[in-house]
Order: sequence, then structure tokens, then C-alpha cells
Amino acid sequence: MRCGTLTYHLLFLLLLSALVAVPAAAQDETGNSCIDCHTDLDGKLAAPAMTMTEDVHYRRGLFCQDCHGGNPERGFAEGDPELAHSRRYDWRGAPKAIDIPEFCTRCHANVNYMKQYNPSLRVDQLLEYRSSRHGELLAEGDENVAQCVSCHGVHGILSVSDSRSPVHRANIPATCGACHADKALMKPYSLPTDQLAKYSSSVHGVLLLERGDAAAPACNDCHGNHGATPPGLNSIANACGECHALNRDLFNKSPHKKAFAEMELGECTTCHGHHDVTKTGDFMIGTGDKSICIDCHEDGEAGFEAAGAMKAQLDSLKNILASAEELLERAEQGGVDVESGRFDLQQARNVLIKARGAIHSFDPESFTKVTETGITEAGIVMEIGEAALHDLWLRQVGLAITIPLILLVALALYWKIRRIESPKH
Amino acid sequence: MNSSIKTPAANQPISRRSFLDYLLGGGLLALVVGIVYPVLRFVMPPELPEAVQSSVVAAKVGDLKPNSGRIFRFGKGPGILILTDSSEYRAFGATCTHLSCTVQYRADLKEIWCACHNGYYDLNGKNISGPPPRPLPRYNVAVRGDNIVVTKS
Amino acid sequence: MIAFETEKSSAAAWLNERLGFDKLAELVRHKQVPQHRHSLWYYLGGMTLFLFIIQIITGILLLLYYRPTAEAAFESVAFIASQVPFGWLIRSIHSWSANLMIFFLFVHMFSVFFMKGYRRPREVTWISGAFLLFLSLGFGFSGYLLPWNSLAYFATQVGTDILGQIPLIGEFLLKVARGGEDVTGATLTRFFGIHVAVLPMVTTFVLGLHLALVQKHGMSVPMSVEKSGRPIKHMPFIPNFALRDAVGWTLALGLLVLLASVFPWELGQKADSLASAPAGIRPEWFFLFSFQTLKYIPGKIWFINGELLGIAGFGVGALALVLVPFLDRRAQRNEVGRLVSAVGVVVLIYMIVFTFLGYFA
Repeated sequence: MRCGTLTYHLLFLLLLSALVAVPAAAQDETGNSCIDCHTDLDGKLAAPAMTMTEDVHYRRGLFCQDCHGGNPERGFAEGDPELAHSRRYDWRGAPKAIDIPEFCTRCHANVNYMKQYNPSLRVDQLLEYRSSRHGELLAEGDENVAQCVSCHGVHGILSVSDSRSPVHRANIPATCGACHADKALMKPYSLPTDQLAKYSSSVHGVLLLERGDAAAPACNDCHGNHGATPPGLNSIANACGECHALNRDLFNKSPHKKAFAEMELGECTTCHGHHDVTKTGDFMIGTGDKSICIDCHEDGEAGFEAAGAMKAQLDSLKNILASAEELLERAEQGGVDVESGRFDLQQARNVLIKARGAIHSFDPESFTKVTETGITEAGIVMEIGEAALHDLWLRQVGLAITIPLILLVALALYWKIRRIESPKH
Repeated sequence: MNSSIKTPAANQPISRRSFLDYLLGGGLLALVVGIVYPVLRFVMPPELPEAVQSSVVAAKVGDLKPNSGRIFRFGKGPGILILTDSSEYRAFGATCTHLSCTVQYRADLKEIWCACHNGYYDLNGKNISGPPPRPLPRYNVAVRGDNIVVTKS
Repeated sequence: MIAFETEKSSAAAWLNERLGFDKLAELVRHKQVPQHRHSLWYYLGGMTLFLFIIQIITGILLLLYYRPTAEAAFESVAFIASQVPFGWLIRSIHSWSANLMIFFLFVHMFSVFFMKGYRRPREVTWISGAFLLFLSLGFGFSGYLLPWNSLAYFATQVGTDILGQIPLIGEFLLKVARGGEDVTGATLTRFFGIHVAVLPMVTTFVLGLHLALVQKHGMSVPMSVEKSGRPIKHMPFIPNFALRDAVGWTLALGLLVLLASVFPWELGQKADSLASAPAGIRPEWFFLFSFQTLKYIPGKIWFINGELLGIAGFGVGALALVLVPFLDRRAQRNEVGRLVSAVGVVVLIYMIVFTFLGYFA
């Protein structure tokens, strides 16, 4: 049907251009009279038309009137812009901020309508949005909060998968930060504004923004997107656990689970921070100056001792790994092959990585089980390294035998010459 | 250089001459052994007779039951060989793309799993859940006689 | 040998009748080597020959495991060095011996030059020697690439680039040398063929000629010794000179084993055409003086391409080297000429200075 309208429209244009003096520039390019007219207008009225051709809706065959109503064909045919924007033809004009969620979801909450464009697209955004803090405030009449267009853009809306889209994964921190890092905007809500800065320098932010790792979480992965709220105190481990499942499971079984809940401490965030989740390090555990354990556990407590014991285990695994690697390096520098040792070392290193995860059991006994396997595997590497060094030593022995032998032969040859040439003979 | 040179004469004291000759002969013999021994050892092929490992025997037929997997060594790194439910062999690099742990086969989930950070890959090597950023490299598997041979393409 | 002159066993007699080596033995027995204060230099040719024989033996051994493809070359050399028993030793000796051989070749050449050993009737001996030098440099250049490590890869790129500078036929030569536009696996295969087939075959002929001529004419006696008027002493080649040679060779063998064990030849990183060139690419030391010279020549001299001028200079130099016996007219007339020797000293100083500049500048 749409196709028919378009053809009709185009034919009409062709006829008209012959009869009416319409500037040539206005009718070519798009063949859409809204855009053609608005392109010729000034400032605010021209802006929507300029970006429209990139719009995901426009590209799928939806035109201005499909959102805004009105009748551009009629208006154009009669040369009367008033007709195009007439309420007679369902002209809805530009919606107020407070009306935008309903404006968009006329289509986006319509299961049958959305199916024809993208059968897998969700249609519960409005429901989610209303549950969000943004949606709650908008319902209370606060027009400053984010609604659909704040994040997705207005005209020229791009698909989420388009890397230029403000809601493309890598652009999300900046999009959220456009409001949430603005002190003036956030003041009425008494919200902090340092999240973007913290996130950008966090391990997640560096991965996503600098290294372009699409597996790293953006704001919405913890807070939700349309239903954005802060995760509650007890659900933090679940949000983090979406990716860090193993650590979540270990934590949930650990004594910290109950203790943190009682003390109303954030589960993962107490040790790791939240927006500023920094790269973890072995300094975090134990009883050293930088240890996080000692923030709660004082000397003499069982927890203090457990922290010390786990740190000691971790260190002994690391030490044996380091000395195993040093052995291999010495052998390699001497020119002995230790490829199999390198392979085994990699396996032993795996255990170290596993052990760092196993810290979250906060149970020295089960933690030691993990580190012990690593220490055993590193022991195998040590044996390979020592065998290689023995091989190197054998080479030196061979050299120590060969060189004197060669010198002896040279010396014997010299004596032979002396004998032959001796004046006695 | 010695100023008066004569050709060798035969009338030398037997003992001195023979000592020197024995020394020289023995030394030369030891030297020849010292040269020939490494050469012979060099010529004998080493345990792994090939320099470039573009293929490896990952297992024997019958080593694996359906719905199981095993780790094998492929050059410097580990590989994983899986026999699927439908008795199809598949092989991948077993180094997790997240932090280089060695992955394993999870018979209960029919997926490849990395225990370090709970990363999952499907049986096409694609990273499907958890932190791994990239799929596992896939290798070709061929059954040659009794051997299951894995090759890097 | 001594056995043949006295009581010949029946087997020896049988063989001798067919091969006639008693004549050869006779020849060798009568071979005399002049003895004077410059005699020491006579051993350098033999030393070079000994190292060349080492090269043949270790080279053949390396061939058992080496693979001349871009995919496998580096790995196979690493395999030799790490997996094959004594592979580290054989490979290291091959590398060290190659360098020592070229070193002794240069010393041999300069000693013959300054003693004016190329005088009549030894012109062809000199010319064949000059070609042996070029062949050895070819061995060095082609062999350098074979481990397919990044340093050699980029050095070969720079080295073959020079070929492309030659007017008219440069592009053709470059393509022939590289087996394409760039240094690739095709270049490696070519260099391998040159290193193990072409050069050994040509060298065998030229070396055979060189040695035969040395036997034919005997050792040249320097003019200063000839002109002193004193009678020249001689020593028999067998056994006196040969035993002295043997002492030198044994010590050289010891030096090789020591160098190969204590300083195993490094393998470096595998060549990667996409990687950026590593710092400090330089050719092997015996090409360094020419490499350094080309660096110093300005881009344009009058209207001529400077690098081209440098390359032409080396071409003229090589030609002059071959033609030394004919350029040195005075020596041909057995007159003492200081000019040619002075030029030789200047060239030697220039080569040493520029080699050091290549390392330290």
C-alpha cells in the first residue's frame, strides 16, 4: 500500500513540477515533501529534516507523518503548508517531554506492529521505563529526567548496533554521563556526579572505552537500561555475578555473605568499589598495609589469621611459580629447550588464576586445596628445569674435556715437529 | 723457525718416540671419537622427528567416549578434543581467550568451560557466556587409521 | 704415503697400477715450502680451507633437519638448536666457522697482496682467489637469511634493495634475487638453493683451480726476501709444513668448540613481514663497511644519485681487486712499487674504520 502511495506521490510531483513553479532543489533528493520543505526552512524548523535520512525508521520506510501525523501529500498538492499540519489529518506535532514515552510506544509497545520490522525486538520498554527512577520522576511531572529521546536521539535515531548511536555499547557511558556528570543537573536530586570519571578509569571502563572489549560492562549492564535503577544492597552480588558467576557462588557460600548483610555492607563493592572497580591485586588480601581485610579484621581475630594464612598460601604458590620460571629461563638462555616445561608452567599458572578466584570462598582450608595443586604442578616444572640445567652442565663438562684434549693434541703435534726438526737427527 | 731442518730419521730412541707417537695417536683417536660421537648423535633422529608441528595425534580412536573431551598438547599450547553426542570429533585451542587458562569440556552442559572465571564456549568454539572476549580457534580433525590427527589450518 | 714408496702391499699395488698415486705421492714428497721471516702468512690459506671443510660437513648435517620455507625455516632451526642432540653445537659451529672463515680469507688476501704474491706466473691464482672471496661473501649473504629471523629478514631487504638501485637492469635483478617484489618465502627458497647448490658447485671448481695452481707454482717468495740475496731455506711440505698446519687446525677446532659452547649463535625472533623493522638492523660484519659507506654518501652528488655512485664505486673496487696483478705494473717487472701497497694500506684502514663506525656510530 505504501509503495502505491509513493508512486502516486512521485507521479504527482512530476506533473506538478511542469505546471507549478516549484524550485527545482526542493523536490529532488528525497522525494519527501516534509523533508524537502523543511530543508528550505531556517534553524529549528530545518533541523529535523537534516538528519532524517539516516534515521532507522526512515530507512525502514516510515515517514514524518507516521509519527507526527498530518498529511504532507495533500498539503503539497494544494500548495498549503497549513493543510499538511492540520489536526483534521491527525496532526500531533512535537510531543512534550512528559508524553514522549507514550508517543514512541504507540508502535514500540505494539507486539503485532513491531513484529513486521524485527520479530525479536522487545516491546516492554514502556513497562520497564515506568519502573525506572527516570520513569517514576517523569510520572511525577519532572520533565528534566531522561526519557526515550534523551538517550536515543530524536530525528536521526540510529540502531543500537550502529557504532555512532548514543546507545551503542561503547557510547553508553558518555550518554549517561551527559546528565549524570553534570553538577547543575544533578543538584536537585543530590546525586553524585563522579560516576563517569570513576567508571572511565575503572577496569571495566578501560576495557570498554580504551581497548574496545565489547564483553566489558557499560552502565546499563549493572543498572539496567530502560528500567535503570541502582542495584540494591543485596542484589549487587547478583549484578556482578552475571559475569563473575564463580566468584558470586563462592561469595554466597562464604561467611562474608551473612556478615555483610548484617552490617549492611555492599557485597562486592565493599572490597572492589563499584563505579571505580580497579584492577585487583594480591595486595588486597592478607594483613599488609594495603590489605582490605584489615579494614574490618583486627589482629588476633580469626578472620585476621585466615587472611594471613591465605596470603601466605598465595605467596608460596607465586614464589614457586617464579622460581620455576627462572629455572626455565636460565635453561633457555643456556640454549636448552624447555618447551614441555613451558607448557606445564602455563598449567600451573592457571591454578594461580583459579586461586585468585578461590579467595572469594574466604575459607583458608578450601583455598589451600587449590594452591596445593598449583604448588605440585610447579614442582613438576622445577624438575624439568633442573633436568635442563643438568643438561647444560653436561655440555660444560663436555667442553671441559674437549678443550684440554684439543690442546693436548696440538701440543703433541708441536713436540712431534720439534722432534723431527731436532738437530740431533 | 728452526734453522736446520732435516727429514725425519729413524734412529731415535724407541721409548721417547713411541711415547710421543702414542700420545699423538691416542689424542687424535680421542679427538676423532669426540667429533664422530656428536655427529652420529645428530644424525640419529630425535624423539619428535619434525620441527614444525602443524599436526599432532591428539588421541587414539576409542580413547574418548561420546560426550567427553580431553586436553592434548599442541606445540607450546594446549588443545581440546571433543567427541560430541553425535560421535563427531571437534578440536579447538584450549587456551581461554580471557586470561589464558586451559578450558575443559563440561559433559553435563555439553559446553566448553573455563573454570577460572566461568567462561563458556559452545561446541563451535564460540564464546557464549562469561568473560571470554573471543571464540576459541578451531582446528581440523581427521581420523587416520587408529589415530585422531588434529591439524592447524 | 710412506707405505707406498717402500713395500707395497698387493692391494696398494693393484690400486696404484690403476690410479697412479705413487706419482702424486712423489710430487707431495718433493714439495718444498720456502722458509723466511714472512712464512707465517703461508698458513692462512690452509686455515681458510680447513674452516671451509668444517662448513661443508656442518652444512650437510644441518640439511638433515632444515626446511627452506617461510613457515618452517625458523622453526626447523629452533628445532635443530633445541631438540636434535648436539644440534646446538653443529649450528653454532656452522655460524662461527663461517665468520672465522671469512675473517681468515680477508687476512689471507691482504697478506698475499702485501707480499705481492700475484706476480707472474700467479695472476690466475690471484684472480681465482678474488672470485673465492666473492663466492664466500655470497655464502655469507645467502646463509644469513636462512634462519628466517627478523634481523636477517630486514638486513636482506636492505641488501637486495641495493640491487634495485642499479640503472636499467636493477628492477630485473631485484626481482630475480627476491623471487618477487618483496622478500618473502620465495626469496628464502631461492637463497637456500643458491647457498646449498649453486655456490658450492661453483666454489668447488674455483677452489680446485686455486689449489691446483698453488701446487703448480708453489709458494711465492716475497720480493724483499728474493732481493736480499741470501739463499732461501726450504722445508719439506710433508711432514714439517703439514704438521704445522695441523697444529693450527687443531687450535682452530678448539676455538670453534669454545666459541660455539660459550657463545651459542643467537636465533632471535621469527621474521614477520608485517612487523616494523627492529632497531639496529645491520648486515653481517663483513658487509658492514660498505653498508656504512652507503649511509654516509649524500643523496645527490651533483646530479647523480649518491647511493648509485657508491654502488658503482664498490663495483669498480671489486673489478680492481680482480685486476690487481695487471694494475701493478711495477710488481710485474719485479720492481718494488710503493704506490700499490700504499693504496692497499689505505683500503685496509678504510675497511677497518668503517666497520667500527658501523658498530659504534
